Amino acid sequence: MTARADTPLARFAGDFVKSPTAVAAGIGLIVIALAAIFAGTVAPQNPYDLAQITILDGTLPPGSEGFDGFHYLLGSDEQGRDMYSAMIYGLRISLFVSFVAVGFAVMVGLVLGLLAAWRGGWVDGLIMRIVDIQLSFPALLVALLLLAALGKGVDKVILALILVQWAYFARTVRGAALVEIRKDYVTAARSLALPGWRILFGHLLPNVLPPVIVIATVQVANAIAIEASLSFLGVGVPITEPSLGLLIANGFDYLLSGRYWISFYPGVALLVTLVCINVVGDHVRDILNPRLSR
Amino acid sequence: MLAYLIRRIGQALLVMGVMATIVFFGLYTVGNPVDLLINPEDDLAAQEAAMARLGLDKPIHVQFGYFLAGLVQGDLGTSFVHNRPAIDLILSRLPATLELAFLAMALAVLIGVPLGMYAGLRPNAPASKAIMAASVVGFSTPNFWQGLMLIMLFAVFWGVLPAGGRGDTVDVLGIPLSFLTLDGLSHLILPALNLAIYKMSLVIRLARAGTAEVALQDYVKYARARGLSPVRVVGVHVLKNILIPVVTVLGLETGNVIAFAVVTETVFAWPGIGKLLIDSIGLLDRPVVVAYLMLTVFLFVMINLVVDIAYSVLDPRVRIRGGGK
Amino acid sequence: MTAPVLSVRGLRTDFATRAGRLTAVDGVSFDVGPGEVLGLVGESGSGKTITGFSILGLIDPPGEIVAGEVVLNGQNLRGLPEDAMRRLRGDRIAMIFQDPMMTLNPVLRIDTQLIETIRAHRDVGREAARQMAEAALAQVGIPSPAERLRAYPHELSGGMRQRVVIAAALMLEPDLIIADEPTTALDVTIQSQILYEMQRLMAERNTALIWITHDLTVVAGLAHRVAVMYAGRIVEMGAVDDLLDRPAHPYTHGLIHSIPSATPRGERLQPVRGMTPSLLNLPEGCAFAPRCPRADAACKTRPEERRIGDGRLVRCHHPLESGA
Ligand SMILES: Nc1ncnc2c1ncn2[C@@H]1O[C@H](COP(=O)(O)OP(=O)(O)OP(=O)(O)O)[C@@H](O)[C@H]1O
Ligand code: SF4
Ligand SMILES: [Mg+2]
Repeated sequence: MTARADTPLARFAGDFVKSPTAVAAGIGLIVIALAAIFAGTVAPQNPYDLAQITILDGTLPPGSEGFDGFHYLLGSDEQGRDMYSAMIYGLRISLFVSFVAVGFAVMVGLVLGLLAAWRGGWVDGLIMRIVDIQLSFPALLVALLLLAALGKGVDKVILALILVQWAYFARTVRGAALVEIRKDYVTAARSLALPGWRILFGHLLPNVLPPVIVIATVQVANAIAIEASLSFLGVGVPITEPSLGLLIANGFDYLLSGRYWISFYPGVALLVTLVCINVVGDHVRDILNPRLSR
Repeated sequence: MLAYLIRRIGQALLVMGVMATIVFFGLYTVGNPVDLLINPEDDLAAQEAAMARLGLDKPIHVQFGYFLAGLVQGDLGTSFVHNRPAIDLILSRLPATLELAFLAMALAVLIGVPLGMYAGLRPNAPASKAIMAASVVGFSTPNFWQGLMLIMLFAVFWGVLPAGGRGDTVDVLGIPLSFLTLDGLSHLILPALNLAIYKMSLVIRLARAGTAEVALQDYVKYARARGLSPVRVVGVHVLKNILIPVVTVLGLETGNVIAFAVVTETVFAWPGIGKLLIDSIGLLDRPVVVAYLMLTVFLFVMINLVVDIAYSVLDPRVRIRGGGK
Repeated sequence: MTAPVLSVRGLRTDFATRAGRLTAVDGVSFDVGPGEVLGLVGESGSGKTITGFSILGLIDPPGEIVAGEVVLNGQNLRGLPEDAMRRLRGDRIAMIFQDPMMTLNPVLRIDTQLIETIRAHRDVGREAARQMAEAALAQVGIPSPAERLRAYPHELSGGMRQRVVIAAALMLEPDLIIADEPTTALDVTIQSQILYEMQRLMAERNTALIWITHDLTVVAGLAHRVAVMYAGRIVEMGAVDDLLDRPAHPYTHGLIHSIPSATPRGERLQPVRGMTPSLLNLPEGCAFAPRCPRADAACKTRPEERRIGDGRLVRCHHPLESGA
């Protein structure tokens, strides 16, 4: 039963498809991402176009027929927005915020992590001390307090997320880079006085990427959850750009009177997204680090 | 041990000092301290009087001195909204949060460890697969939405438990506690569960991974080869070894419990420090926010200390190092 | 002749690995009498440890004992309910594990581990058990045993830990001890000291002992009889001097001649050439054939055990002449 594994990527793909759960989650993720990207086409209504919504259709239960015959698959909210459409648009904002934030966090983490590993000494000491302190405080709390000071806004949420996440990447990158730096070829290259950037980008970067990818999947899920929580708490995205978290918050009052769908369906969307990411992330980690599995 | 404790407490004070500095200078860089510390609704004369009282007209290093002096005396300013010292306000709400957090942690460990061990010992049993699937879902479900769903099911649809509030409390040594009255307990159970589920999923994963690894160790086989009962092998030889990572991670997660209590308390209108924080942010009651921050820093530092001590009790191999080589 | 303490017949243990099914112990049969020391010799991976675990009924999935009998004092242990089996382990049969550093639980004190063993089998109080444990430690030559009892494993040296494990095995005066290379991890002087002490204690109590090792020199000084294992099968068995002087199986011969002191001066050291075969694809017939200088077409069929003289067994189509 020896699978033909030519390249690391092929081997990775081969291992990945062995788990039906992971494949299902992967497909789920692709569908979710496509729905978010093409929200304008996928959603039957643009929930932010006032011309398309009517307050007369407020808080209709799922499956209702609207005033003008519009079919509310998952019901409507208090302003008469189609929940299904609002959800897809909300998903778009949630995904946008977290992917952008994690992207920047990866970059900051890479730069500072590599710098710490490369320079060593007090640079390393300083960066890692900051990382340690940062990581000893819960991300949600730090982000919450930052936003309390900064105020609401998509850009501010992204900034807060970058600030709470870069440290994970910096630590991972530094660890992986140190392993590599101790290897002979790097020592040799350094003693030949090759330019630092060539070693950094030519040799270190490719080697630190796999663990960064693993952490990044986990952190995207975390970013989505933190953003949703912040928005729920009222310090996240503004009401004009509601993410899934804010949609859920808006439905809270109606939930107590039994109109559950306004909070329920956006939450399901959030949950499915997070489960898919976590399942894929777990599996990727197991493949890249076989010792941990089984 | 004593030397170790002294050193650790010294470290704790250092971290608090650093945090105090960051908070102080953070207030300057993020915003105008006048806005942060002075009630904007006061008239100009009153504002100037307050500025003089707070020393805001002095140079920054002198102000920093005042700030530190206040901190040492436990004075973190006065709440604009409640017109009470912020620290008093926070401390009066603290027991509710701690009660919630402790119950949540207890639920997470008492339910999570046995389930995780079972899944680790019988990885292929259907029940184990179900446990692990549930833990992935529990791990992924956003805390606040999960809280809403608990309310939806238990309070709205079935009407068996209250949707929020704290209910009756009993004072024990001057501290109000909910879990001793039936009404209080019924109010406590949903928020505690809400706060516990994420931790429980984490504990299940840790316990499963730990058990799967420990079960393969020679000393477990040796324990069986000595004819010990399965209960003893699993309940002592395996359990004691997996508790080391579980306690470590849980300790580190205690900070997170406090953080997520903010969410849970908001959902369930639980009158703890987390709800107070969100209310204060909404009302721009900044001294309370600062006081909250300093208190949580203090709590985290203390928690880390307790975790380290628990760790050295559980693992005799680190105890030597604890003595300060 | 007295009845054997342990009698193993046709024991077979398989492992269903991901890469396929393998037979780690393949039709193993032997007896051990009271006070007798049987040396079980073979290179790494030949199935010695698995044989020991199979006797104790401690084979975990994916492993499985598929055939054979394990008879202890006339009672067949195969098919015995797990709880009855558990009562025998540590009490009637004790096993000393291969690696002294890994066998004691690192987070439990020595006294906890010894006392729990006693109380799993004897209805005695904590204090009485503690005294038994202390006496057992003293017996294997551990100085100030009361103090050692309160130690954690990592606070003791390797030699001390090994003594603790030996004491644990002797403590309940079992009928049979399976000692799995109990001294390989120790330095030579401590090794011989422990060997000597064990031998004395076993003889005093008439305990049967299976001594697992890959080192023939250890066997020479200790065992009464020797069984040589290769790829899960016993390929040769006999009284120790007889077997060492006149090996009949080519593998045994190779082993003996790879020991420096057994090689007459001037003759070249001759290790067993070739590699240990993978249990997953053993050659058909005799598993030793690819490495055997005497192999021929007949060796494509599986050799059966055959008797060659006084208590000697060999599993080979072309055994060496006696005295060769
Ligand atoms: N858990 C397992 N899964 C699969 N195969 C196993 C397992 N345990 C043992 N085996 C197989 O059983 C064979 C015998 O192993 P055993 O531990 O008995 O060897 P040994 O003779 O004690 O070797 P050593 O001298 O190295 O201790 C090994 O070659 C191995 O392939
Ligand atoms: S049976 Fe044949 S191959 Fe096997 S040991 Fe004997 S002579 Fe060698
Ligand atoms: Mg072995």
